[in-house]
Amino acid sequence: MLLPQTDRRHIGDRVFGIVLPVLGCALLAVALIIFFACAKLALPAIEKLGVLRLLTGSDWNPVEESFGALPFIYGTLVTSLVGIVLALPISVGLALFLTEMAPRQVRVVVAMLVQILAGIPSVVYGLWGLMVLVPLLRSTVEPALGRWLGFLPLFRGPPIGLGYLAAGIILAIMILPTIASVTVEVLRTMPQALREGALALGATPWEAIRLVVLPYARRGIFGAAILGLGRALGETMAVTMVIGNQPEIHASLFSPGYTLPSVIANEFAEATGAVHTGALAALALALFLVSLTLSGAARVLIRSRRLR
Amino acid sequence: MTAKLQVSSLNAWFSTTQALKNINVEVAANRVLAIIGPSGCGKSTFVRCLNRMHELLPGARSEGRVLLDGEDVYSKALDPSTLRRRVGMVFQRANVFPTLSIRDNVLSGLKLNRVKKNYQEVLERTLRQTALWDEVKDRLSSDATQLSGGQQQRLCIARALAVEPEVLLMDEPASALDPIATAKIEELIDELKSRYTIVIVTHNMQQAIRISDFTAFFCMGELIEQGATKQLFTKPEKQQTEDYVTGKFG
Ligand SMILES: Nc1ncnc2c1ncn2[C@@H]1O[C@H](COP(=O)(O)OP(=O)(O)OP(=O)(O)O)[C@@H](O)[C@H]1O
Ligand SMILES: [Mg+2]
Repeated sequence: MLLPQTDRRHIGDRVFGIVLPVLGCALLAVALIIFFACAKLALPAIEKLGVLRLLTGSDWNPVEESFGALPFIYGTLVTSLVGIVLALPISVGLALFLTEMAPRQVRVVVAMLVQILAGIPSVVYGLWGLMVLVPLLRSTVEPALGRWLGFLPLFRGPPIGLGYLAAGIILAIMILPTIASVTVEVLRTMPQALREGALALGATPWEAIRLVVLPYARRGIFGAAILGLGRALGETMAVTMVIGNQPEIHASLFSPGYTLPSVIANEFAEATGAVHTGALAALALALFLVSLTLSGAARVLIRSRRLR
Repeated sequence: MTAKLQVSSLNAWFSTTQALKNINVEVAANRVLAIIGPSGCGKSTFVRCLNRMHELLPGARSEGRVLLDGEDVYSKALDPSTLRRRVGMVFQRANVFPTLSIRDNVLSGLKLNRVKKNYQEVLERTLRQTALWDEVKDRLSSDATQLSGGQQQRLCIARALAVEPEVLLMDEPASALDPIATAKIEELIDELKSRYTIVIVTHNMQQAIRISDFTAFFCMGELIEQGATKQLFTKPEKQQTEDYVTGKFG
């Protein structure tokens, strides 16, 4: 009676043991194929300019076939960073509110709104940014920031509206649902007994959050932020519409810039000659590299003892 | 003698099921009340009503009066966190804070309430009281989750003691302990009596006899009988109590 059952389980284990590695290898293979396809496409540019100049050069001039990725790498990092810095506290706060204090009805409504936010196509975000956010930044927010925080290079310069700040804000709104909903899931797994332990010591709800909830969820929240960051790094449409598309590097967040995905999307169709196309493919590789580096760094951080 | 804790007409529900029915109990200061009764009879629910932990569960509510030093525990004017600071609790299942070290677990209550104390002194005293000191003194900074189940249980007791509450609620604090550690905890309870009022849930009749002054016998959410421990165990008034304490039922 017992034997056939264990036998069947063995077969299941064996099938699993074969299928999973195959799937894993297939995923890896797809990533490698994409990587090498890009690399092959990039070859003419690499041959003409060299890897170093391509990655660290800050000049982008298709007419003279002079290509450097730095303004785009810079723009990608700055806008994503602004996005994360704005989105993380708000999403964690939202998630805490939803799981720790909001009454049921409020929770349901807000959760629905967050879902809707997640479902809006990025071109709609871009349009909204162009018509509402950018004018608002130009007329009110940027002048005010300049007045109060102008001593920082970040908030200096003429308020243009289009630029790093606008893109960062749009990105923040776009990644907020991701970070918030992952954080909510993390907080849901929090054992009630721990919270009770803190409350039983005389902690107020807020103190219980600080003492046990946030430390417990720390790693999960970090993971959520990485997910959000990944989305921000690759976001193309909405950013392209509000960043101003200038291949320049500025310290001020008010200045227009450019990002890796944006320039690839904008110029690939009209790229003239193998070197231009190659340079754009090299940018794709750079984006690949930036994402890999960041998620790798995150992995190291998440394993480190301090975050545990 | 004035009652430290006075419970009258206490009812408690989990959404629609009633877990406690019209409970009336008093505990005098510096006395130990043991709560006994079959599993599921509402012992945990009862102690959790005393420090307002019960109402935290979704759908749970309670009714009736609980007076601490004559002051209504359920009054709007009293902040639950202030109450819980005075009425400490050790849970049925150990719940050490997994992200904190052994030291920080013990001191978490003090730091939380910003009590200025000699932390090292409190740490050593409470860990000695719970017979944990010798086992952990060399690894106070390691994670509390590295301790065994019984050690975690004792760590939770030390954590509750560190804030020096007036009343200590203990829900089967010795359920995961070996006889030696159990004896040590019973000794501790005897020692604590001079300063605290203690309500302890236990499944162990011998333990109730050894450590408590009064015993209350619960069954199916009702308080069947209460009285001086000796009385209740030797000459119970109700047949049901006698059956339970002599092991004929439950
Ligand atoms: N979270 C809950 N939701 C619904 N019902 C509950 C919940 N917790 C306990 N109950 C019910 O309330 C009753 C009393 O439970 P309680 O935990 O107080 O029992 P107990 O006497 O402490 O039992 P034990 O000795 O097993 O710990 C039980 O019938 C139980 O099923
Ligand atoms: Mg119980």
